[in-house]
Amino acid sequence: MHSTDWLQFALYLGILTLITKPMGLYLMQVLDADGRTWIDPVLKPVERLTYKLIGIDPKREQTWQQYTFAMLAFSLVGVVFTYAILRLQDVLPLNPQGLPALCHHLAFNTAVSFTTNTNWQSYGGESTMSYFSQMVGLTFHNFVSAAVGIGIAAALVRGIARSSVKTVGSFWTDLVRVTYYLLLPICLVFAIFLVSQGMIQNFDSYTKVKTLEGAEQVIAQGPMASQVAIKMLGTNGGGFMNANASHPFENPTPLSNFIQMLSIFSIGSGLTYYLGRMVKNQAHGWAVWAAMMVLFVGGVLVCAHFEAAGNPIHQQLGVAAADGNMEGKEVRFGIFNSSLFATITTAASCGAVNSMHDSFTSIGGLVPLFMIELGEVVIGGVGAGLYGMLVFVILAVFIAGLMVGRTPEYLGKKIQAREVKLCMLTLLVLTLSILGFTAWACVSDWGVAGLNNSGPHGLSEMLYAYSSATGNNGSAFAGLTANTPWYNTTLGIAMFIGRFLMIVPIMALAGSLAGKQAVPPSAGTFPVNGATFTVLLIGTVLLIGALNFLPALALGPIVEHFLTAQGRLF
Amino acid sequence: MNSILISLRATCVLAVVTCGVYPLIVTGIAQAAFKDKAHGSLTMDKDGIVRGSAVIGQNFTAAQYFHPRPSTAGAGYDAANSSGSNLGPTSQKLNDAIKDRIAAYRAENGLGDKEAIPADAVTASGSGLDPHISLKNAELQTVRVAKVRNLSVEKVKEMTVASIDPAGFGVLGGAGVNVLKLNLSLDALK
Repeated sequence: MHSTDWLQFALYLGILTLITKPMGLYLMQVLDADGRTWIDPVLKPVERLTYKLIGIDPKREQTWQQYTFAMLAFSLVGVVFTYAILRLQDVLPLNPQGLPALCHHLAFNTAVSFTTNTNWQSYGGESTMSYFSQMVGLTFHNFVSAAVGIGIAAALVRGIARSSVKTVGSFWTDLVRVTYYLLLPICLVFAIFLVSQGMIQNFDSYTKVKTLEGAEQVIAQGPMASQVAIKMLGTNGGGFMNANASHPFENPTPLSNFIQMLSIFSIGSGLTYYLGRMVKNQAHGWAVWAAMMVLFVGGVLVCAHFEAAGNPIHQQLGVAAADGNMEGKEVRFGIFNSSLFATITTAASCGAVNSMHDSFTSIGGLVPLFMIELGEVVIGGVGAGLYGMLVFVILAVFIAGLMVGRTPEYLGKKIQAREVKLCMLTLLVLTLSILGFTAWACVSDWGVAGLNNSGPHGLSEMLYAYSSATGNNGSAFAGLTANTPWYNTTLGIAMFIGRFLMIVPIMALAGSLAGKQAVPPSAGTFPVNGATFTVLLIGTVLLIGALNFLPALALGPIVEHFLTAQGRLF
Repeated sequence: MNSILISLRATCVLAVVTCGVYPLIVTGIAQAAFKDKAHGSLTMDKDGIVRGSAVIGQNFTAAQYFHPRPSTAGAGYDAANSSGSNLGPTSQKLNDAIKDRIAAYRAENGLGDKEAIPADAVTASGSGLDPHISLKNAELQTVRVAKVRNLSVEKVKEMTVASIDPAGFGVLGGAGVNVLKLNLSLDALK
């Protein structure tokens, strides 16, 4: 890494640290039905009108079952809403290119993908989606799936913070308040900033120009900035264009790239502060944050090291070794910002890419894959990252309890068989979905037919696809041709499993914790702040991630690394 | 059932706000404040004819022009079909392509067999629309372009420097030479 790389990294980490507390404090207000913000004068009337129109009482809290049921009903309606728009694209407005309707399996895959905050894309945006589909069918979910995730995280934190109660908050109030007070105002400013950097925002038909050499070039257009702002802030990641954030319109300058990277982590980072505040143990919030940061910094350094070292096979042909691996990367971002972006987007469940992960070196590409397989708990998706990490926190506390032979407690709540079973359920379901579907694709004609690369890299393409879908990430080893009935359907199911079979046990956990009596800490209580706890948490995350996926990774990127050193080609 | 009805109403209200009001406000402000950029930073030649976008690369093969990076977007620099190659580190196909590109690059620019070639000159970008090449890549092409255009190498170098898009605040990302900007300015000399 060059000195400017270190400087950029320090700048990124420094600014992220600085915004964590203000974001957390703001979240305290947003996630409280009686919270106050400085934009109340504008938004309060709109909020009240919204509750009236949808017919709910914002003060009426729900049990975990009611909260979960409302979330599932809302998600179901959302899937149908987007499926209908995509199937009717040809007759809906704002379609200057006259793009046809999507076929049923692609529409199913895409509707599930955006509802679950995954934004896996089996299609190329500019050649498939009308402006209406992008702006309404997809952007809608970019907002609400993010709001739902934050709501679930808040419900779990409330469950931890409260004692001897039945309710964990109101789904509808969380949904509306997060959308209005958190996501919309930031996106408005963010989108305008992106346009100032060169991002497009128009409804023109594609521009035809005659290049200097006299050829025709068709330049795709569209209302991009409004969608990209929420795509990044809401850790959705679905590109307006096929090339996502590597496209010069979708990420025009190094500055737009830097701010996009910050926006991916901003809310997730703030949520750890929110956790500390809510449970009245700020050191616990920071301890969780520190564990995330250690894993993150490690990932970035490994990825950047191998991308900067480049590909020995290509260097043998005469490519300058000092330039690193530039295949699939943009000059304006260079090696370091591509590696940093790749680690951020997979540590969070964003999935936007500013370089093609499929063309990374073996170990460089292993890092984003591994980040997803850890469960995207390193900051993670908005909301999803925190509730995913809290599962590991409870397991870490449980393991610590086993080691010292006492009943584990977490912030005054006894952790019993029911809580541990629910936590393990979420982890096992994800592992089963990732490895099960990958194994199925490996031995099926439809699975192998989609590959763009042969040898171990082919396995990595399939493993990455199901990891990304189950982890609700959405990035890809994008050479895989996934727009086939089998891939679209199985990936759609994997996304469904990854979202809802994760959320339901977590809500049950929230309900279970909320109903428990708080016991005062004693000499035998394992403290959940400080370095010991952070190290234990990191160990738990790594151990479970490594044990589950190491065999599969050994057959993919790891063996490929050694074959690259030998100059083996496929 | 009640949850479904509330969901339907919530979907309608939130869709109007997030997919109607919000993008229209953004479009309005963008059109007022950054009209040119909001429409794709279209760039014109000296006769005022639109020849491309200032932020999107386009293909150049003639000797009098600086050449961009290899592109895998459509048939090459197809700005309605952005894409990378997505070929991995052990791909035979990628290996062969790089080998051919290195040979072609050396031949075009009169370079010896020992000279290391800038990575960006022989690899495809992620979008296939990268508007930039590295400073080293531009430098290696300078002699060729100067010779064909009957210009001094110093003059071409000077123009190359004028076409650099710098790193953000001198730190963020990497500086690159904007190929279309440079070629437009070379054509404007005549």
